[in-house]
This record gives sequence, structure tokens and C-alpha cells, in this order.
Amino acid sequence: MSDIAIRFDNVSKIYRLGVVGTGTLVHDLNRWWQTSVRHKEDPYLKIGQTNDRAAKGDGDIVYALRDISFDIRQGDVVGIIGKNGAGKSTLLKLLSRVTSPSAGCICAKGRIGSLLEVGTGFHPELTGRENIYMNGSIMGMTRREISRKIDEIVDFAGVERYIDTPVKRYSSGMTVRLGFAVAAFMEPEILVVDEVLAVGDAEFQKKAIGKMQDVSRGGGRTVLFVSHNMGSMRRLCSRGVLLENGMVKYMGGMGDTIREYLKDEVIQSSFDGADGDEKVLCLRKASVSAAGRDMITIDSAVRVEFDIDVARKIPSLVAGFNLCSSYQYPLARADYNDVSQQASLEPGSYHLAFEIPPYTLAEGEYKIAFDIAERNVKRYTSEKSDLTFNVSQGETLFGNAFAESLPIKSSLIHERWFRSIQRR
Amino acid sequence: MSEWTTVIKPKNSLLDIDLKGIWRYRDLVRMYVRRDIVTVYKQTILGPLWFLIQPMLTTVMYMFVFGGLAGISTDGLPQALFYMAGITLWNYFSTVFNKCSNVFAANSSVFGKVYFPRLVVPISGTISNLLQFLIQFCLFLAFYCYYAFFTDSPVHMNATALLFPVLVVMLAGHAMSWGLIITSLTTKYRDLTLLVSFGLQLFMYATPVIYPLSAAPEKFRDILAFNPLTSIFEAFKFGWLGSGSLSWWGLLYSLGFLCVTTFLAVVIFSRVERNFMDTV
Repeated sequence: MSDIAIRFDNVSKIYRLGVVGTGTLVHDLNRWWQTSVRHKEDPYLKIGQTNDRAAKGDGDIVYALRDISFDIRQGDVVGIIGKNGAGKSTLLKLLSRVTSPSAGCICAKGRIGSLLEVGTGFHPELTGRENIYMNGSIMGMTRREISRKIDEIVDFAGVERYIDTPVKRYSSGMTVRLGFAVAAFMEPEILVVDEVLAVGDAEFQKKAIGKMQDVSRGGGRTVLFVSHNMGSMRRLCSRGVLLENGMVKYMGGMGDTIREYLKDEVIQSSFDGADGDEKVLCLRKASVSAAGRDMITIDSAVRVEFDIDVARKIPSLVAGFNLCSSYQYPLARADYNDVSQQASLEPGSYHLAFEIPPYTLAEGEYKIAFDIAERNVKRYTSEKSDLTFNVSQGETLFGNAFAESLPIKSSLIHERWFRSIQRR
Repeated sequence: MSEWTTVIKPKNSLLDIDLKGIWRYRDLVRMYVRRDIVTVYKQTILGPLWFLIQPMLTTVMYMFVFGGLAGISTDGLPQALFYMAGITLWNYFSTVFNKCSNVFAANSSVFGKVYFPRLVVPISGTISNLLQFLIQFCLFLAFYCYYAFFTDSPVHMNATALLFPVLVVMLAGHAMSWGLIITSLTTKYRDLTLLVSFGLQLFMYATPVIYPLSAAPEKFRDILAFNPLTSIFEAFKFGWLGSGSLSWWGLLYSLGFLCVTTFLAVVIFSRVERNFMDTV
């Protein structure tokens, strides 16, 4: 009990859809009349509606979060994942007190610092140093705290030379680095981070992730992350919460949570229809299967076949696919030009076949994203033709290098590199 | 449970002001004040001189329009001094009011990302404008000295001038509480923002800024007495210039009015600040 840092207790958040403006005064008066004077239920709050952004619903109020209850232990680094609109950001907003819940209660132990967007409150006319003070105090640091850390902050941001120059003269990258540096050196017991790791150049990102790892490992700090980058989430977080339509769908270890999340994406192993522009270039039929077998296993070749319609002469045609791992990490890219060296195709219908040789992919889930395009001009295929397939262990037993269930030993390539072992 | 240090709940009691929080964020108040003052005239040649130029030009204009063309009485006082007294006070009121009346709208990008007691912003706005006001007041004093010692105009200070700090605080209080009420209401209904800018202008004419109360016809004087700023302006002019009237009842009324509006402002503001991000 005592090591729980944050407790969400039946938290809900309601948002009103549509335009706030004309008509709301009438609604407000009506609501006040119904609830306060006649002690009835709020006429605009329709219970039992979930927040599905694609489906049409009646009533103009939705739950962004609905009866969220969970505990986070002190020192946990928790990743919150979910589709767009699942309520991740709302959850963090509630926690950072930017807005308040409609029902329920969030209890927390210690100071909550939020890193919702870096560089909050930067004033372009102030110098870097002044902005560090400004930004730091907005985030709840005292002057003395900032003075103590300012050298570290400047050093981390790498803007020493510009520190007494107004921020409006900074490059956008520098501004962001400075903002992140201030936030990273704030030391609350609970830190809330939303998509900020995607800032700066590659070198700075590495630094930022490293800093976040330090933060979460040392000192028993509790950290909540929201990101769409499954890779960095997996590296940073120990536990995960999966939100769907404003409700907690799964909570557990980060790896399991990510798997649960990705599992939800409909598995589609063949596509039949048209994806693209029928007047120019379009993908017709596509499938992924085991060559000569009914199940894709490690020792079977994976055959990817698709039809394309070329309606018009396209100078530089791309027809291939990207192979991604289950964490959306791109693994390989294949194109018909790789072998045939043809720059383009005459108008007509074509059938293309690719084969991933056996013993290439390890056990696990993979995605194929087709890339049918005119080079450097336009890509015609979309997500709807994405195919997903599973490579299973098959009947042969191999060593333990590939068991994905053991996080350290996960291997994406099924290597067959072993040649010999000799006793000397 | 007592061991939680932060409890976030939907609705708190009516009077839920986080005074402790504001105190904890006092460094932020300081930073905001500093920022306001430093940044206003950055990249200008005359810099802080603009603090003085603006009231001076306004005074000259008023002397021309109200004193020259309209011929409104200044109670026998030098026009420059009379107008400057009014303008200095009124400027403070209107800048604080304007600043406070769009706290939410102007700061929504910051408020949408981090939490800190929202009252920090209007408080720091009031303080930074106070510094501006004091600079302008020094200008007024300079004019005052000139007229008092080098001309034979009938200006004479009296003990009521000691009320000055009280009057300034009351004026700031009025400006802030009205501003906070307006900003809280405008997060949802934008109508008021349209009213505010010209309403403030109209309100200036309903306050004895450019005319002495004694110049107003008898029947309007009673109406003007309902304006809580009337007694403040009159008392200020009475104390420093020796004209006008000092009405203790008027000041008491103004103070009572201030208490009510402050209470209202705090209640409404603390209600709105919790959820305004959803409607602004």
C-alpha cells in the first residue's frame, strides 16, 4: 500500500463535442435548471456511450476517459499506449492538473512535474539564461534550485555560446534542446512526459533518452510516458498501460502491453480490392503465404505476391514492399527493380512475386507495407493494404536464441551463422 | 487519506484558493514581473522613456480637446497637472484591468501545458504595472513641484495625500477583481470581450478623470457616486492638488464594493481555472 505513488480512482473525463458558442447558454441554463433546481440528471450527459471517434453517436458529450482505476507503484516507469484518441493525453493532462476530472479522484504522493511540451513559456525577447529561469519557475522550481543547476542545464542543451542571446535568434532545434534541458533537470517525484523524446537531432535524442533512463533508474522517481515510438517505450518503461476508447484495456509488463496493443491491429494476410489511383497506378490483389505449405514457419519460404495495374506510363516506378517487425521497426525493403533493373513498366496489369528465403525471419509477427509509387513523386498505396503474418516455430526445434517471450533473447533474424565448434 | 500529498478531484469547495501554492510560486511572480518590464520596450531606442512619453502626449491632447475645445473646468488648477493626475491613475486602472481581463485567453498556451496557480499571472501583471505606475507618478510629482514652487497656481497638498498607498491598492483591487470576473466569463462566452474594450472607454467618462466631480450637474453627481472609482479619484485629487472633495462615505462604499467583487472574482476564477482548457 505505502509504495503506491499514484492512484487513479474511477476517473472519468467528459468532453463536449461540436462548437462551443451559440446555444451553450441555453444548454447551461437548462442543465442548471434540471440538475440544481429539479434535482434530475444532467439531460446532456448520456450514460453508456463510449468514445469511438469513427462511429457516429447521439448526444454531444463523450467520455475521453471512463472509470479509469489503477495504481502505479513508486519508482515504476510506466508507458501509456493506445491509438489516437484513446485518452492518453487526457490522462496526462489530468495528472498534470491542466484540466480537472469530471468524476473520480487522482491521488499522488509527491510533486508532479510535467513535460507536456518543451519550451513552455519561452519568451522570444528574453535571453537563453532568462528563459531558463522563466521556464524553470513555471515548472515549479525555485530560483535557488535553478541557479544551482543552470550550468548543467546549459551544458546539457549545448547552447553555451548563445546563452545570453535572445531566444528568437535561436534555431528551432536549439530552442527545443534548451526547453528539454530545463525540463530534464527539474526534479519532481513524479514526472509526466508526453511525446517529447522526438525532439532535436539524432545525437540529442540519444542524449535525451539517456537522460530519461537515468531519471527513471536513479532515485526511485516515478515516470509516466506517452509515446507512439514503441521502440523507445520498450527500452525505457518497465510497465505499460493500454488504453482503448478511454478505458484501461490491459496493464502489465511493457513488452506484453505492446504486444497486446499490436495484436489488436487486424491481422490481414491477404488483400483483395484496389489501393491507389485507378487512373494511374493501383495495387489490386496481394497475399502473403508459405511457399508450398499452409503455415509460415521458420523453415518455410515466405511468398509475397501482388498484382498492380499500371494505367499510364510512369517514368520511374516503384513496386515493392517494406518488411517491418512487430514493433514497427523497418527490417527490409524489396523492390522489383532490385533484380530486373527495369526503370519502368509499360501500361498494363502485372503480377509480381517475391520470396523471402527460409531461415530468414525468426518466430514472431511481421508486417508488410506495400510501396507502389512514382519515385520521389507520390506513393499510391496506403495502410489499408498492409498485410500481417506470423512466423511460427514449426515442428523443428531450434536453440533458444529466438524465443521472443524472453525479452533479452529476442532476435529478429533467424541466423544460421553457426559453422563449427572444435575442441582444442 | 492523509498520506497523499496531491489529490485531484473534480470539484472543490466554493472558496478554494491555493494561497500556499501562490506563495510557493513567488519566484514565478518575480519572473513574470521581470519579463513584463524587460520585454515591453526591447529593441526600442527610447526604451523605458516610453513610460513617460505616453502620459505626457495624452496630457497635451487632453489639454487641447477637453481644456481647449470643450472648455471643461479643472477647478482652477493648471490643466496639465489636473489631467496628468487623472491620466496617471486611470492608466494604472485600465492597464491592470486589460491585463487581467484576458488572462485566460492570452495565456492559454502556457496554461494548457503546465499547472501553476493561475492567480500568479494576474498578480504579477498588477505588480509589474504598479512599477510602471510609480514611474509615471514620479513624472506627475515633477510637474507638481514645478507648479507648486515656480508658479503661483493654487495647488497645495494636504494630509489626505497620505491616503495615496491605500487608494492605489484599492484601485488595483477594483481593476483586478473586475478583470478576473471578465476573463472567467469570457472563456465560455466571448461576447464580453467585445464589450470590454469600448466599455472601458465609456467607463472613463463615467469617472471623474478629465473633469472634477464639482463640474458635474447636481443630479448626475448622485449617479456618479455609485461608481466606486469616483471617490478614489476625488480623494487623490483632493489630497495632492487641494481641489475636489474627500468623501469618507464614498471611500467606505468603494471598499465595500471592492470586498464583494473580490470575493466574487476569486470564486468565479477558481471555478473556471480548473476546466477552462476545455472551453477556451
